[in-house]
Amino acid sequence: MTALHRGLLGAALAILVALPAVLGSRALSVFVFIFFYAYLGQAWNLVSGYGGQLSAGHAAFVGVGAYTTTMLAMHAGVSPWLGMFAGAALAALLGAVVGFLGFRFGLRGFYFVLLTVAAAEVCRIVALNTDAVGGAVGLYIPFTGNAWQLQFQDNRGYYYVALALMLLATGVVALVERSRLGAYLMAIREDEDAAEALGVDTLRYKLVALVLSAFLTGLGGAFYANYLFSLQPNAVFGIPLSVDIILRPVVGGSGTLMGPILGSFILSPLAELSRTYFARAGLVGTHLVAYGLLLIAVVLFLPRGAYPPLARALGLGRPR
Amino acid sequence: MDLTFVVQGLLNGLLFGGVYSLMAVGLTLIFGVMRVINFAHGDMMIWGMYLAWLLATRLGVDPYLGFVACAAVLFVFGFLVQRSLVDRIVDAPHEMQILLMLGVALVLENVALSIFGPDPRRVRSPLALSTVWLGPVFVDVARLVTFGVAVGLTLALYLFLTRTDVGKTVRAAADNGYGALVVGIDVRRVYAVAFGVGAACVGAAGALVAPILPFSPSAGLTASVSSFNIVIIGGMGSLVGAFVGGLLVAVAESLGAVFFSPSLKELVSFSLMILILLFRPTGLFGRRG
Amino acid sequence: MPLLEVRDVEKRFGGLQALAGVSLTVEAGEIVGLIGPNGAGKTTLFHLVSGFLAPDRGTVRLAGEPTAGLRPHALCQRGLARTFQIVKPFQALTVLENVRVGALVRASRYAEATARAREVAAFVGLGAKADQPARTLTLAERKRLELARALATEPRLLLLDEVMAGLNPTETGQVLELCRRINARGVAILLIEHVMRAVMTLSHRVVVLSQGRLIAEGAPAAVAGDRRVIEAYLGEEYVDQA
Repeated sequence: MTALHRGLLGAALAILVALPAVLGSRALSVFVFIFFYAYLGQAWNLVSGYGGQLSAGHAAFVGVGAYTTTMLAMHAGVSPWLGMFAGAALAALLGAVVGFLGFRFGLRGFYFVLLTVAAAEVCRIVALNTDAVGGAVGLYIPFTGNAWQLQFQDNRGYYYVALALMLLATGVVALVERSRLGAYLMAIREDEDAAEALGVDTLRYKLVALVLSAFLTGLGGAFYANYLFSLQPNAVFGIPLSVDIILRPVVGGSGTLMGPILGSFILSPLAELSRTYFARAGLVGTHLVAYGLLLIAVVLFLPRGAYPPLARALGLGRPR
Repeated sequence: MDLTFVVQGLLNGLLFGGVYSLMAVGLTLIFGVMRVINFAHGDMMIWGMYLAWLLATRLGVDPYLGFVACAAVLFVFGFLVQRSLVDRIVDAPHEMQILLMLGVALVLENVALSIFGPDPRRVRSPLALSTVWLGPVFVDVARLVTFGVAVGLTLALYLFLTRTDVGKTVRAAADNGYGALVVGIDVRRVYAVAFGVGAACVGAAGALVAPILPFSPSAGLTASVSSFNIVIIGGMGSLVGAFVGGLLVAVAESLGAVFFSPSLKELVSFSLMILILLFRPTGLFGRRG
Repeated sequence: MPLLEVRDVEKRFGGLQALAGVSLTVEAGEIVGLIGPNGAGKTTLFHLVSGFLAPDRGTVRLAGEPTAGLRPHALCQRGLARTFQIVKPFQALTVLENVRVGALVRASRYAEATARAREVAAFVGLGAKADQPARTLTLAERKRLELARALATEPRLLLLDEVMAGLNPTETGQVLELCRRINARGVAILLIEHVMRAVMTLSHRVVVLSQGRLIAEGAPAAVAGDRRVIEAYLGEEYVDQA
């Protein structure tokens, strides 16, 4: 990392930490979404960006984490700060099952994508039909504003938690990037057979990446539950959430450290803008049209995402 | 378990299977020819439904006639999408295609959402307001007509591919793109035609389903996933597989609704799909490669 | 005990019998050339030896241990490395990062692997390009990269699949020299080649495959004059002219 790079990051971080002092609640909520989706995108980035195993079912892990944390809080009085780890563990278990089935049976590319979609859909259907977790109505989380419950009176608390999550995920990915796991994942992504021939246990490392990714994503489920206060199977296990998770890293630069963060900074404000201007005209979902167009544009013109050309332009060297 | 329920479930499933087959046939054609996975398939179907709705409510055209127009419009759309977008990334890794079509799906779904709103709609067809009794079981005429038209279209497609010159060039390009180029076939145009035909199939399917089920834009991605399920089970690239797969999945889901519960029926098709993915990835009728 | 022992391996793909009972050995430190007309089954044999395919019948032993059921990465850990007929570089990674993947098999620490990778890259002559992405390399450089990666795993046996294909005479000479230097370090080499001058000058022994069977074996000069070999390559009419 060059001094310039370090300086820019430091300055950005300082600004982000100081922002709540000057911004109103509405603006802060936009940042909460930016950080949270950057977090989820970064977790996804690990297995799908660096590892090249595209997953379109990551909502499954969010949902498992969210439901577990909430059920533990509701029925056993467990604080979400602890419950989140149980949720993450269960999500990791699901990841292990999906990964084992998929990788052991040699599913690659589109077939693996479909398996991940199936996993999320199965979770959704099961949750819809299980009264113990609220069925189609879902679960409602009462608002207490109690920090022990991972809830805050105003957006500032949520802002800092979301920021911390984003930094955590980014830190994990940065460490992985410079480790054996990272080197192996990228090799697997580039050419799985060549990697195997060079002594890489591709099955094991793909599994590790997926389990780690699932764990992190599941952790985020606790935040989801206590920020949105409602868990419904169609929302929290649904394909739209999985797509939302993929969008940030793909637009920002999948397989790069800054990609999910950049992507989130591009997409979330877009959503906010369209909500402000178009929703008034009665047009729902216009930001998603913009997302779609952006996705198409990225695939056609910037296949490695927005970050690599940006890094080059700013003289930051090869995107890492 | 009353046998009547089972037979009824079987019958309903079979009839609905015609639509599933048509959807799957369209998807498998696109994959078989270009190795492209059309993630926007279900959202194209949604537009087939809405176009049918527009024709019915604004121009009074019955969907059982209007489906032709829907198919035509979707053909043009598919042709243009392939020509302008997909063509650029035919050689790119699968992940890129998936993401591209996902983008198209998002645009299609949300433009529909913006224009038509999120509330479910339905189309009433005067041709299909009655039921016919066959002994203890009844047949919804709408479903019967839908089934008939869907099967007819699939048959027409089969004839198109095997008996017409255009159809044969499509199959040639599917079999060996490079070879087709060598013998002077305009492969890019063939790809666009194939994509268009695939889109037309699913557009027609949409128009045919409109009188049977309420629909809204959010069903798009789910419909895509259903189509994938069928095509995986039947075998990617196999027309016969898509046709049989459609009937099979529809019947399995219908029986699943009878034996377990209506909201669990999708679990049946997902379970089937996962089993096939793991143990027989080429599907029931697919070839290797 | 030979380093590699292949005994009566058979492999069928649907209606095609790719290998119909082939046996060969490679001793430690030897260079064995594997030649034969196209479709003889040479690359299939490589896939069987390196664990990418399992033989229908027959056994493969590496340093006395049977390799049945072992995946390629496990064989690599036991000292077997291979290159591919169509080079497979990790396109988006740099030369150094490419080679490092191989080096990580033996290195217990990441930094150690990086250092080792740099050495190996320099050994094959790619030191100056260590930080270039692999996708910017020429074909000859990619072949050297492929070699470097395999070398970084510190193999006892190296399988080279047409490593000289597509190279001009100068480049071929360079790869030839590289192979000699690798062998001088004690690495046994089994190489599939069509560039005859390279195979004949490099190999201690040559094995000839045709239509899934071994038709000749011996010193390069002897094999070159063997009528069965000439017949396999050029057809019956040319045998008497040789």
